[in-house]
Amino acid sequence: MDDFVQAFLNLDIISQASPILWRGLWQTLLLAVMVVPLGLIGGVILALLSTAPLRWVRILAAGWVDLFRAIPPLVLLVFLYAGLPFAGLDVGAWGAVAIGFFLNTGAYYGEVLRAGIDSVPRGQTEAARSTGLSQAQTLAFVVLPQAVRNVMPDLISNTVEVVKLTSIASVVALPELLFQARQAQNVTYNASPIVAAAVAYFLLLWPLVRLMSRLENKAMAGRG
Amino acid sequence: MRNAHSSPPIVQAHGLWKRFGALTVLKGVDLEVAEKQLVFIIGPSGSGKSTLLRCLNRLETPDDGAITIDGINLLSPKTDINKARQRIGMVFQSFNLYPHMTARQNVTLALRKVLGRGKEEADIAARHALDRVGLGERMDHFPAQLSGGQQQRVAIARAIALEPRVMLFDEPTSALDPELVGGVLSVMRELRESGMTMVVVSHEMAFARAAADTVIFMADGEKLEEGPPAQIFEQPQHERTRSFIRQIDRH
Ligand SMILES: Nc1ncnc2c1ncn2[C@@H]1O[C@H](COP(=O)(O)OP(=O)(O)O)[C@@H](O)[C@H]1O
Ligand SMILES: [Mg+2]
Repeated sequence: MDDFVQAFLNLDIISQASPILWRGLWQTLLLAVMVVPLGLIGGVILALLSTAPLRWVRILAAGWVDLFRAIPPLVLLVFLYAGLPFAGLDVGAWGAVAIGFFLNTGAYYGEVLRAGIDSVPRGQTEAARSTGLSQAQTLAFVVLPQAVRNVMPDLISNTVEVVKLTSIASVVALPELLFQARQAQNVTYNASPIVAAAVAYFLLLWPLVRLMSRLENKAMAGRG
Repeated sequence: MRNAHSSPPIVQAHGLWKRFGALTVLKGVDLEVAEKQLVFIIGPSGSGKSTLLRCLNRLETPDDGAITIDGINLLSPKTDINKARQRIGMVFQSFNLYPHMTARQNVTLALRKVLGRGKEEADIAARHALDRVGLGERMDHFPAQLSGGQQQRVAIARAIALEPRVMLFDEPTSALDPELVGGVLSVMRELRESGMTMVVVSHEMAFARAAADTVIFMADGEKLEEGPPAQIFEQPQHERTRSFIRQIDRH
C-alpha cells in the first residue's frame, strides 16, 4: 500500500512538479478555448453546406466530413506541422493545431449539427417561408435554434472529446498538461504527476459530463 | 354571391400541372377567387388539394400553368417571392408553431424580420392579432403550454398579423380533438366576416354550408365540380361528388 502511494499519489513529487503542471493546465485551457470555437465554426459551415439547394455542394460537404473523420487527428496535425513546410507553408505549432482542429473537430461538429437540422420538421421551414422569411432567416431564427437544442447532448459530448484531444498538441511541441506531466514523470521517475494530470482533466470536464447526462435524462423524460 | 365580379379575381390560377416523379398530382387545375370570397375545397385524400394550395404560395412550384395573386405573377423568376408571400397567409394542418418561441414571438418574428417593424410596434401588432383570435392572455405561453386549438389560433394570428390579402387554410381543424374544432372555426368565421379572401381545404361541411361562397370538389388532380354550397351539397352532378359527400356526412 505504501508503495502504491509512493508511486502514484506522492504529494511531495506533485508539489515539486506543480509549477509546470499549472503551466500545462493553462496551456490546455488556452488550446481548448481556441479549438472548440474553431471547430464549432467549421461545423456550422459544413452543416449549412450540407443543406444547400445545390446537389454538388451537398456531396462536397459530405465528402469533406468523411475525409476528415477518417484521417487520424494526430496524422493530420503532424502533416500540417512537419509536412506543409516542404510546400513552403510554415504555419507554426499554433497554426497547425488551429487548422488541424478546425478540419477534424469541424467535421465532427458538422455531422452532429447536420443531424440536428434534419431533426427539425419540414413544416417549420414551410411555416417560416410562408410568412416571407428568406431561407437564411429561416435557418437562423427557426431551424438552427431548434437543431442545436435537439443535439445539445451530442454537442457537449463532442466538446469533451475535443478537450481531451488537445493532448495531441504536444507532438508539435506545445507543452500542454499531459506533456508537462510526462516531463515531470521522466524527471522524477514517478507516476504521480500523471495522476495529478488525470485529476485535473476530470475536474475540468466533469461539469460538462454532468450537464450532458442531465440533458440526456431530460430528453428521455420528454420523449416518455 | 357577394361582390360578384365587380373586380378581377384576386387569385387567378390557370392550367396548373404538378408532377412528383411519375405521379401527376395536378392535371390542369384552374382556380379563381374574387376578393372577400371564401372558396372551399373538398375531395378525397390524395386528390391534390394540399398541393394546389401549396402552389398558391409557391411552397410547390407547378410544372406548368400561371398564377397571379393580387396582381403579382407568382411564378415569374423576377418576382420577389418573400415579398409576395407577405400577402398570402397560410395555416397548416399541423400548426407548425415555432416551439422555442412564445406565442408573441411566433407572431412578431416575421413582423420584425420581414416587415422590418421595431420591437414595440411588432409587439402591439402581435397583441392585436392574438386578441383577435382570443389569446391575448396567452401571449407569453410557449406552444407546448397551449392546447391544439389554441396553437392553431396562434398560427392564424401569426399569419393575419402580416395583413395578408389572401389566407390559405390546409385542413386547419383535422388534427384537433372534436371539442377544440369550434374555437378555430369561429375565428375563421370572424375573419371571413371581416372581409378576408380565403381558400379553405377542409372536411367541415357545416362550416362550408354556412360560410363558403363556392365549393370545389377535386378528385385525382382535377376539379370535377364547382358551385355554391347548396348546389354541391344538395344536387351534386357527378357520381363521385355524390358518393364523397355521402361518406363525409356519415361522420
Ligand atoms: N413532395 C411530394 N413528393 C412526392 N409525392 C407527393 C409530394 N407531395 C404530395 N405528394 C403526393 O401527391 C398526391 C396528392 O397529395 P396532396 O396534394 O397532399 O393531396 P390531398 O391534400 O388532397 O390529400 C399524393 O399521392 C401524395 O402522396
Ligand atoms: Mg392534404
